Amino acid sequence: MSDLAISVEGLTKRYGEVMAADGVTFDVHRGEIFGLLGRNGCGKTTTVECLQGLRRADSGQLSVLGLDPRRHGVELRRRIGAQLQESALPDRIKVREALAFFASLVPGGPPWAEVMADWGLADKRDASFADLSGGQRQRLFVALAVVNQPELVFFDEMTTGLDPVSRHVAWELVDRLRQRGTTVVLVTHFMDEAEALCDRVAVFAHHRVAAVDPPARLADRFGPTEVLFTAEGPVEFLHDVPEVDQVRTVGRQVTVTGSGAVLARVGAALVAHGQAPVDLRSRRPTLEDVFLRLTDDGTAEGSAPVEPTAVT
Amino acid sequence: MGTVLRLGWLEIKLFLREPMTVVTALALPLVLLFILGGVFGDQPSAPGEEVVWRGEGPMSYYVPAYLVLAAVAVCLISIPTHLAGDRERGVLRRYRASAVGAWAIAGAELAVALAVSTASAVVLLAGAAVVYDFRWPEHPIASALVFLAVVVGYTGIGLLLSALAPTARAAQSVGLILWFVMMLVGGAGPPEEVLTGPMRAISLTTPMLHTVRMLHQPWLGLAPGWSWLVFTMIAAASGTLGLLLFRWE
Repeated sequence: MSDLAISVEGLTKRYGEVMAADGVTFDVHRGEIFGLLGRNGCGKTTTVECLQGLRRADSGQLSVLGLDPRRHGVELRRRIGAQLQESALPDRIKVREALAFFASLVPGGPPWAEVMADWGLADKRDASFADLSGGQRQRLFVALAVVNQPELVFFDEMTTGLDPVSRHVAWELVDRLRQRGTTVVLVTHFMDEAEALCDRVAVFAHHRVAAVDPPARLADRFGPTEVLFTAEGPVEFLHDVPEVDQVRTVGRQVTVTGSGAVLARVGAALVAHGQAPVDLRSRRPTLEDVFLRLTDDGTAEGSAPVEPTAVT
Repeated sequence: MGTVLRLGWLEIKLFLREPMTVVTALALPLVLLFILGGVFGDQPSAPGEEVVWRGEGPMSYYVPAYLVLAAVAVCLISIPTHLAGDRERGVLRRYRASAVGAWAIAGAELAVALAVSTASAVVLLAGAAVVYDFRWPEHPIASALVFLAVVVGYTGIGLLLSALAPTARAAQSVGLILWFVMMLVGGAGPPEEVLTGPMRAISLTTPMLHTVRMLHQPWLGLAPGWSWLVFTMIAAASGTLGLLLFRWE
């Protein structure tokens, strides 16, 4: 059995004139929680839908659990779980009926009542779909995605619409899926979610993958490190220190921007020049910094093309 | 098969939770039948008059016709509207992501059609039996089988309608128009014999007329004609196309 749950190479998909995915390439290992980050309309959802065989990729090599989603879509969908960004249930279906039905599609999973309790829906068991709040619906969709104990789960903006407490409960449950060995692909807008959950993330920009790495390593690779201290004298010499990009001074507050081991270099240079500021410290870049840098396309607001929805 | 039955049962329960739809499906054909009964009475054409209603009392003619009409309402209005609505809202998308096949959806809708049409037939027969002295089927088992076959056929046509209709609203409008036209010229309105030339021509192109004839044959003990052939072809073609053109979104 291959170590890869998903392998995508050069996935391309366009809707008429609108390019949705333009050479998307990445691998997901078995048992991994893999995040897809990116702005709206950059191809994340299209990619995930192509991987489930819900849309047909125009070109590219796709392999999901060893199957080609274009040729073995139904077989594949029996082995995966999915929470889709745009879907619904009949208004009058009850929570327990939905779980019982979806659990029956691929037998062998845990008792559906257990999944219902896990996702905090036990007291809503007899409520109709139409009467659920946005957050409850979202939890139900996530529960439906895992009710068959799939080998691989796709969560497309799983925690959008959840309140902060529910979000953290959802994180714990995703972590439990990981412990069970389930591979998870997580499309998200939340950097804290990606940092908390994902083993690796792929940052999408311009309809392709700009970078793939563990969140911390991405920050190292792409985010500038800042060194801050209160100057005790002139600091012009810092411009000549290796790995320093920029030195900004506001009053006596100095901010040095650089990469790699810039903190150690600046510290050594300061000491060599007889300065030993007690507040010397560094600010590590966050995933958000990386995200903004990688996805910056010169527009201040998200003016990316709207992700095309169902062609009805 | 398990999926079809479970989804079918689920769909039947969901249908029963829509009070307006249930009342319409069960009560409307009976109300229409009572109106016709009030207009035409229950006497066969007198000797010497033009022979209409195949020479039977109007109610013996109309009761089987309205069984068919009730099935048409379920298959051509309720089901396409429901399916197109589920597609619009993303319900079908949700099913598909969990590996439910198009054939399972079609099978579930067939289960709904059979269940609701049968319920509607029982209500219609019971209601009519209280008021009118119509003829009960000459060949009850054959009549029942023909009725079920007719429901299966109309479900195929309903599938095609739902595949072609862009929205639930469109499906409902087209279904209603077809239903009205077929009611008026297909044998559930004026008796077949009094239709004028052009109306007769239109009437012959509607599946309704052929299915009414199909049911009249075992019901009234008439000789079988070729209507079953026409309807089988229409239904098989529609059902096949409906499955081929089935859209998830």
